[in-house]
Amino acid sequence: MSGVNIKRTIRLGLSYLTLLILSVAALYPAIWILLSSLRPGKSLYSKTLIPETFTLEHFRALFYDPTLLFPTWWLNTLKIASCSMLLGVFLTLLTSYAVSRFRFKTRKTTMSGLLVLGMFPGFMSMIAIYLLLKEFDLLDTHMALIMVYAAGAPLGGTLIAKGFLDTIPRSLDEAARIDGASNFGIFWRVILPLSRPMITYMALTQFVGPWVDFIFARLILRTKDKWTVAVGMWDMVNTNQNTNFTTFAAGAVLISIPIMILFAFLQKLLVEGLTAGASKG
Amino acid sequence: MQRHHTRAATILSTLFMGLGQIYNRQFIKGFIFLIVEALSLTYFIQKLGRAFWGIVTLGTTSQHFEKVKGIAKLVKGDHSIFILIQSLITIIFFLLFLLAWYMNIRDARKTGAARDAGHTPGTFKQSIRYILDYKFAQTFLILPSVGILLFTVMPIIFMVMLAFTNYSAPNHMPPAKLVDWVGFETFRSLLVLKSWSQTFYGVLTWTIIWAILSTVTTYLGGMLVAMLVSQQGIRFKGVWRAILIVPYAIPQMISLLLMRNLFNGQFGPINQYLKVFGLDGLPWLTDPFWAKVTVIVVNMWVGIPVSMLLIMGVLTTIPRDMYEAAEVDGANSYQKFRIITLPMVLFSTAPTLIAQFAGNINNFNAIFLLTAGNPPNGDYQYAGSTDLLVTWLYKLTLDQNKYNMASAVGIIIFLIVASFSLYNYRRTKSFQEEDMIQ
Repeated sequence: MSGVNIKRTIRLGLSYLTLLILSVAALYPAIWILLSSLRPGKSLYSKTLIPETFTLEHFRALFYDPTLLFPTWWLNTLKIASCSMLLGVFLTLLTSYAVSRFRFKTRKTTMSGLLVLGMFPGFMSMIAIYLLLKEFDLLDTHMALIMVYAAGAPLGGTLIAKGFLDTIPRSLDEAARIDGASNFGIFWRVILPLSRPMITYMALTQFVGPWVDFIFARLILRTKDKWTVAVGMWDMVNTNQNTNFTTFAAGAVLISIPIMILFAFLQKLLVEGLTAGASKG
Repeated sequence: MQRHHTRAATILSTLFMGLGQIYNRQFIKGFIFLIVEALSLTYFIQKLGRAFWGIVTLGTTSQHFEKVKGIAKLVKGDHSIFILIQSLITIIFFLLFLLAWYMNIRDARKTGAARDAGHTPGTFKQSIRYILDYKFAQTFLILPSVGILLFTVMPIIFMVMLAFTNYSAPNHMPPAKLVDWVGFETFRSLLVLKSWSQTFYGVLTWTIIWAILSTVTTYLGGMLVAMLVSQQGIRFKGVWRAILIVPYAIPQMISLLLMRNLFNGQFGPINQYLKVFGLDGLPWLTDPFWAKVTVIVVNMWVGIPVSMLLIMGVLTTIPRDMYEAAEVDGANSYQKFRIITLPMVLFSTAPTLIAQFAGNINNFNAIFLLTAGNPPNGDYQYAGSTDLLVTWLYKLTLDQNKYNMASAVGIIIFLIVASFSLYNYRRTKSFQEEDMIQ
């Protein structure tokens, strides 16, 4: 072997070793929580990583323990996340289509405004929103949460979606216009079908956001049977410190696995979404 | 007679919305405007006076007991905060009404002018077509704007107002006590008064240190991992990437709550493992210094995958022949990295980097779920050693009811973050030269 080859082998060997260590670090907490959810008892710590016996009792507890209401929370969250996703994506598409395709006087102001408003710390408006909802008698309703999430969606999503819409050639719109399509027709029949990757990305983030948010959910939802999964899970480890840890782990597994599967499928889209907001070079 | 229609239509519409349109023979549009004005007038006659009174005084009657026939009876006072928010809503509606009124006058004037020039005014159908063809963007923006106005702008105005009141426990909490306007008093206490300013500057310093460290560590870490995976000769790139992305796919709420338990000083597994090796555990979350180290480390675990994905994307866009040219010139790996890779990656990701920095200043989850701002700090007012400005704001609001102080802190955070982002965004190409993409 020549010197270059030895150097190369050493370099690759070290790289593989580092990657292996990093992979363990990346996976360890995930595996640990999965194994904890299968371990009998309630304790956080066990001498061995892999439990001696496996049990599904914690998963069963999630669904049958009357103090937990996990299925109710789960359905609540599904409802809230889906509704606010639909509404939020719709609103975001409206704004991004308007600022991407039309040139009107206040356009740049609108864009800067969206950006700046999106930077506002959410909890700062918490008290105001709380009082506002109280004024309209909407406290402790899912409707209120859906409205708050959906109304906030254009703030975060518009500029990213606009970046994507800008890449759809104008000539397509013009061709459609010559064929007699109205503005709405162009939006519906040209823009929407071509933005499917963008819409998927927006839908995903709009769905996952409410799914895991607990700050607003905790503020607005007062009764236990109206809670979302996030509030319930937070409560599980926060009020009964450590007594319920394995059940918490089971719940965490149930929440994380669907999201991880979604991410795995949409990995490529996510990268595009992440980079779309920033302009390239 | 030349400008007769213009003036008549303008004056009529100024007097009462819709009259000008009816004068212009646009009956349907005119009646819609008429109804809008009639409904608005009935609403504002009832509400507007009280709204102005409310916003100026914030209520005048405080809650007190009155003797009625020898029995003390509770008299309900004005609830300053409800008065404030109701007044605010009414005034916002009123401004919207003024806007509609102005547009109605402009519309009547334009149609009148068209008639003077000898055109026939458009039918209702034509008006609708006009809106759909030429004012489409604005029409499209109405619905999102209403949402943003109600749930973002209105709350912001409200919170800014709160910063200029004395709305705080224990002395100014409605309904028992009234709230007053105090001007810049709150800001003065926050920035100058020692009991508050010590906390403020302490927390501010840590917030900035945290934002810099957490951004830099995740960025450099992400770059390192990305280069490790994408270097020549590494096999199963897709598998490594899929494994390393896992932390990003777990909901933050779950992974941070989990980390809090893993790092628990007494019964957390990490210290237990250290004990197995005969080492004393570390006070991960209970010692001020180690708690700061822990949040940075955990944040790396959560944040590196995102940077990794981003930078991997950039790496694939760097042309191979640049490296080949460098090799011909005899550059070693380090030189290739410094002269080609680093500048290219930095150049492409600079906006994202600034955005991440701004986001980290506001990174509520990372701190709140992991340490909740603890360990406590005796020198601070209602803040712990790892509290960021945002989590301090949260505590001031929900635990301490110091609403005015919280609002002042919020305004300051907002000014810092917004100036960064706006500066950043205005420099990106997608804002400046967007039409060049086409």
